[in-house]
Amino acid sequence: MTKLVTAVIQPHRLDDVKSALEAAGVRGLTVSEASGYGRQKGHTEVYRGAEYTVDLVPKVKIDVLVTDEDVAGVTEVIIRAAQTGKIGDGKVWVVPVEDVARVRTGEHGDDAL
Amino acid sequence: MGSTLVSAEFTLDSGNTAWMMTSAAIVLMMTVPGLAFFYGGMVRSKSVLNMLMMNFIAVGTVGFIWVMYGYSMAFGPSTTGFGQIVSSPFTYFGLNDLPDEKSLMALSGVPALVAVGFQATFAVITVALISGAIADRIKFGTWVAFTVVWATVVYFPLAHMVWGGGFLGIGGQVSKWLSTPIDFAGGTVVHINAGVAGLALVLLLGKRKGWPKEPIRPHNLPYTMLGAGLLWIGWFGFNAGSEFGADSTAGRAWINTFVATCLAMLTWLITEKVRDGHATSLGAASGIVAGLVAITPAAAAVDTYGAIFIGAIAGVVCALAVGLKFKFGYDDALDVVGVHLVGGITGTLLIGLFATTKQNGFLPDGAQEGVFYGGGFTQLASQAVVALTAIVFSFTLTLVIGLILKAITGLRLSEDDEVNGIDLAVHGETAYETLGGTRVLTEVN
Repeated sequence: MTKLVTAVIQPHRLDDVKSALEAAGVRGLTVSEASGYGRQKGHTEVYRGAEYTVDLVPKVKIDVLVTDEDVAGVTEVIIRAAQTGKIGDGKVWVVPVEDVARVRTGEHGDDAL
Repeated sequence: MGSTLVSAEFTLDSGNTAWMMTSAAIVLMMTVPGLAFFYGGMVRSKSVLNMLMMNFIAVGTVGFIWVMYGYSMAFGPSTTGFGQIVSSPFTYFGLNDLPDEKSLMALSGVPALVAVGFQATFAVITVALISGAIADRIKFGTWVAFTVVWATVVYFPLAHMVWGGGFLGIGGQVSKWLSTPIDFAGGTVVHINAGVAGLALVLLLGKRKGWPKEPIRPHNLPYTMLGAGLLWIGWFGFNAGSEFGADSTAGRAWINTFVATCLAMLTWLITEKVRDGHATSLGAASGIVAGLVAITPAAAAVDTYGAIFIGAIAGVVCALAVGLKFKFGYDDALDVVGVHLVGGITGTLLIGLFATTKQNGFLPDGAQEGVFYGGGFTQLASQAVVALTAIVFSFTLTLVIGLILKAITGLRLSEDDEVNGIDLAVHGETAYETLGGTRVLTEVN
């Protein structure tokens, strides 16, 4: 069985998370730019004295497909690499995946990872 | 402006002419691309093309009518009776029968056509400046019509009144009552004029949807800083070129333009740092323009210290003035009122305190030294008269023009088009590629 680990993290932690995952043996991942907010509720910017609340702040979203055995390890690796201890560090969550296929070869399941 | 007298004979001065042609070219650079990008960076990404186009189209329309009849109205020969207000559009129509002896710059040996070109760039930028107040929401066709009508009815006459031998200039009625008002390069004709016109149009157009509740923040501040830099460079042509020659008065105007702007940038940033906690790039760009605006009427009429004080005061005053729109609820989108009207008034009035012929300063015939240089309050009163006249004249006529255009074509874009973006609605384009947004859906045959 396969699981999808999704992490939304601070953009400046991406490089560290990527290297940590690579070192842990993860062979592929997908990164996308995202925006959102959690408890930190955005920030304020001032233009010519007018204050704007920017509540959707830039984040990076990482999607990694892993086998059941690797889920706990990969999740921990992401948390350790992404953590700064400050508010706004993000979230990691795991969902089950029904099937995965490698487009090039047509392999299915864990073979496709 | 250096002088508006007509000489009997014309002797070409190639040095002065070269400087004036150079000045004319870099003053055009102030509008395109300078002002266009200064403004373009401040609007949202969905309206940047329209902002650029409002500036570019103003060069097209106003440049055309300037050559056809604008120069004749502003700098034609009439100076008495109705000629105190405006000259005939037909005298030099199409620039025919305009010999160099009648050049606006004949005394400095600059040919008439060079004078026409230099002054064209002033007419163009004055109209373009207004576009910043009304960003994101005016019908494009209405703007095109406005540029033609407003230049004809407001700019050409006001330029004539102040610089072309009218009642606000050398030998005019105000000069006889008090003293000659000083507007060396356009504090009243260009900046107060455009600022007031922007305010009048904003009052007719109304607020942008969502303002001031939704954040409408600048989409590209590097554009704005690039534009501010181009404006600063071009402004040396604007101010030092307004001497109509290359001499020590032009040098005085150049240095004043430089140092006043340095100070205005610094004081705007200090004001921001104290009030908001950050010295911002938008503040630096804005301070630069505020300083340039304020020193414009005073460019050659004050000494170095005068320029320093004018710049420093303008930086603080304009940084505070851009907040007025929130207090009074008018949506002057890019602060044409706060920077150009307030900066123009600031510079125009401060001349009354700082005007002097010392240190290579230049005062037009009939002007007096300022309060701080032993000239009494006459010049200050004269400056107040020219500022107030420009305000009342421009505001009234712009309102009338706006109301007429509203009745004929309508002023405002539909709400849907405004929300979806004026670039797409009016020009059928978007400025930036977005993921999946620019796939080719139809093949080109």
